[in-house]
Amino acid sequence: MSLFKKHNNVLPGFGMTLGFTIFYLSVIVLIPLSALGFRTMGLTWSEFLSTVTAPRVLASYNVTFGAALIAASINAVFGVLVAWVLVRYRFPGRNIVDALVDLPFALPTAVAGITLATIYSSNGWVGRYLEPLGIKVAFTPLGITLAMTFIGLPFVVRTVQPVIEEIEVELEEAAVCLGASRWQTLSRVIFPVLLPSILTGFALSFARGVGEYGSIIFIAGNMPMVSEITPLLIITKLEQFDYEGATAIACVMLLASFLMLLVVNILQKWSRRYAE
Amino acid sequence: MQNKSNSKSTGHTQTEPTVVRWALITTSLVFLALFLALPLAAVFSQAFEKGLSVYLEALKEPDTLSSIKLTLITAAVTVPLNLFFGVTAAWAIAKFSFPAKNLLITMIDLPFSVSPVISGLIYVLIFGLQGWIGPWLQDHDIKVVFAVPGIILATIFVTFPFVARELIPLMEAQGKEEEEAALVLGASGLQTFFLVTLPKIKWGIIYGVILCNARAMGEFGAVSVVSGHIRGMTNTVPLHVEILYNEYNYTAAFAVASLLAFLALVTLVVKTIAEWKVRQALENN
Repeated sequence: MSLFKKHNNVLPGFGMTLGFTIFYLSVIVLIPLSALGFRTMGLTWSEFLSTVTAPRVLASYNVTFGAALIAASINAVFGVLVAWVLVRYRFPGRNIVDALVDLPFALPTAVAGITLATIYSSNGWVGRYLEPLGIKVAFTPLGITLAMTFIGLPFVVRTVQPVIEEIEVELEEAAVCLGASRWQTLSRVIFPVLLPSILTGFALSFARGVGEYGSIIFIAGNMPMVSEITPLLIITKLEQFDYEGATAIACVMLLASFLMLLVVNILQKWSRRYAE
Repeated sequence: MQNKSNSKSTGHTQTEPTVVRWALITTSLVFLALFLALPLAAVFSQAFEKGLSVYLEALKEPDTLSSIKLTLITAAVTVPLNLFFGVTAAWAIAKFSFPAKNLLITMIDLPFSVSPVISGLIYVLIFGLQGWIGPWLQDHDIKVVFAVPGIILATIFVTFPFVARELIPLMEAQGKEEEEAALVLGASGLQTFFLVTLPKIKWGIIYGVILCNARAMGEFGAVSVVSGHIRGMTNTVPLHVEILYNEYNYTAAFAVASLLAFLALVTLVVKTIAEWKVRQALENN
């Protein structure tokens, strides 16, 4: 223990608090998550591979990752726009709008799910205007994208917003003094500073979309091969008592989200190069 | 800080033309109205579609009441546990230095990057009938999965990082000089925490707790996997919303959903206030 203790720190409770932290973390998070790994090891490599690459499973990856990619891209564009407008411009109701951005974090996913399904169904508030145009949202992959856009929006706004707040006005003034147009200043000076945070927000929004369940299943239609997302497939397998199948697919998803976590960490390190 | 706000106000002389500015404001407001305000309005509109009496009738239904009770119990167990964890973890991480600290922070954040469905699945793998200790539990007539303990465990997992991740950066920024001074002046460890540290992190705690509570009461995916959906027994409010909706009982589904939407609005208000107070506390630092 003496190795861990920083010399002459007079504050008490280090051993106890760190001990409890590690204990609680292990019991609630680490041991249960490791169950996923151990359970998957019960399968042979070929069993595992044939489970996670079955046609219906592959189709679900396509739907899930494809929709999440589109949703994260929409959020990257509109999220930056919203963040920019909230930081740089003054308009009535700005504070309320700012608070409302977090609604997808606060609103339970099941509520978001049934509401989006109702609004975009063929006789819903928005759906009834889209239907004559030949656009069907509810019960199609488009609906999945919509739900993922809803739940992923705050991630981009909230990662980009503080970075815009921190931009030194001198930076822009210098660009103007050197003869840059407003557009050149935005694209050559401001955009590179924002890029790491935009990519971080994109990755967070993407990761959230891939794992999302509650807000999607009501609007998705859940047709195998067409509009079935991977998390739903895990639940379907569980309900058929196919624990091994559910675990194998869950393992693939977990690896994907760890990969995203790694990407986010690298991006955040990259963004810190501007901090100094 | 003074300096910064000064330079910011002069900076507004250099901006986009008015037309562009209003075009951007309008575009983002329309986008937000369509994606955020409209769904929120729809929840309440659908809930009250058939009038107040039908609305109240739906809420008074016994299955609804028992789902509300279960959700309250779940939050009442989950939030204090994760609060206690958050404070102890933040104390260890923010006030001391030790190896692999960043790894520990990453692991605390882990539940945020795990799909809710997987968060439920892992507890089925351990406590379910085919799970590690499932058979032993059955021999001793203890039910975890498809019962209240499983729901609580899954909820603890998904709300695990909320308090900790709010307090760690806040307490790191505040340093430890004031605590050291208190100890040198003869305060005990607990006195130091309750009289010196706690007042400084009060709004950070409120912020973490309100978000933790919102997620605990609203969690759907993880709870759905471990609940077993037994009406009146293991249905939380979000699961009850799903059942009513799937039974085409839309008015009742939205009536119950409106309770959760109202909770979300309260959460946003408290969160905004707490955020503002935390910012203030950091600036005074």
